[in-house]
Amino acid sequence: MVFAPPARHLLRAKDLADARYAEPLDVDDMAAAAGLSRAHFSREFRRAFGETPHVYLLTRRLERAAALLRDTDRSIADICFSVGLQSVGSFTTSFTRMYGKSPAAYRASFPPASARVVVPSCVVRAYGRPQYRKP
Amino acid sequence: MMRIAHAQLWVLDQDEALSFYVGKLGMEVRADVTMSELGDFRWLTVSPKGQEDVSIVLMAIPGPPVFDEETAKNIRNLLAKGAANTVFLTTDDVRRDYEELTARGVEFVDAPEERPYGIDAGFRDPFGNHFRLTQTTDS
Repeated sequence: MVFAPPARHLLRAKDLADARYAEPLDVDDMAAAAGLSRAHFSREFRRAFGETPHVYLLTRRLERAAALLRDTDRSIADICFSVGLQSVGSFTTSFTRMYGKSPAAYRASFPPASARVVVPSCVVRAYGRPQYRKP
Repeated sequence: MMRIAHAQLWVLDQDEALSFYVGKLGMEVRADVTMSELGDFRWLTVSPKGQEDVSIVLMAIPGPPVFDEETAKNIRNLLAKGAANTVFLTTDDVRRDYEELTARGVEFVDAPEERPYGIDAGFRDPFGNHFRLTQTTDS
């Protein structure tokens, strides 16, 4: 076949973050999925997608957490661990930085899940991921 | 009355596309016509068994004179980055399909999961095109 652009391997790493964010996945696992060394992988990923794999994975986890805050009544600590983050303190800090509201305030700002229009989950995931903001 | 007849996806290689869409996904070929008068343009369409009136056109990315090399390269890159297209499929049993397709080597990006609207899974074709496979709640 026509030689596939190298970005196809980077997409595999991005897909891995989307599929297995709930597990203790890190940038090394993503690099392995792309078949590249960590440093080379991070550079190439950023060139292809405009952000580092670390930022992509973090914002994917925060997006999933935001969806759980909107759609469930699970506790904030429970949500933090279930999206693959290890520390409630840094979860709260990063979440507040990206979304401009604490997890509790974010949850309170939404109506009950049943009241909202349902769109496919892949749309929620793609459009709900926050813009990364530096500490 | 308007109806959808075909929608098109870019593929990097039509033979490989055929072996994926037919050999792995189990779709059927609706048309496979090569036109020598059009520089061997190949019109290749597939659709699921039992759905003959709508099909996916598996379109090779053309070079000049249709697209200059730069444009063709950009399309190939967008496809590889997963920034091309998504097709939304429905099924009556997504868990069965997931098992069968995984066994045939289809790369799933999301295993079946319960959603408010049904059970939803996602996979890609070999080139980067994205598919959702959903068993809707009312099916």
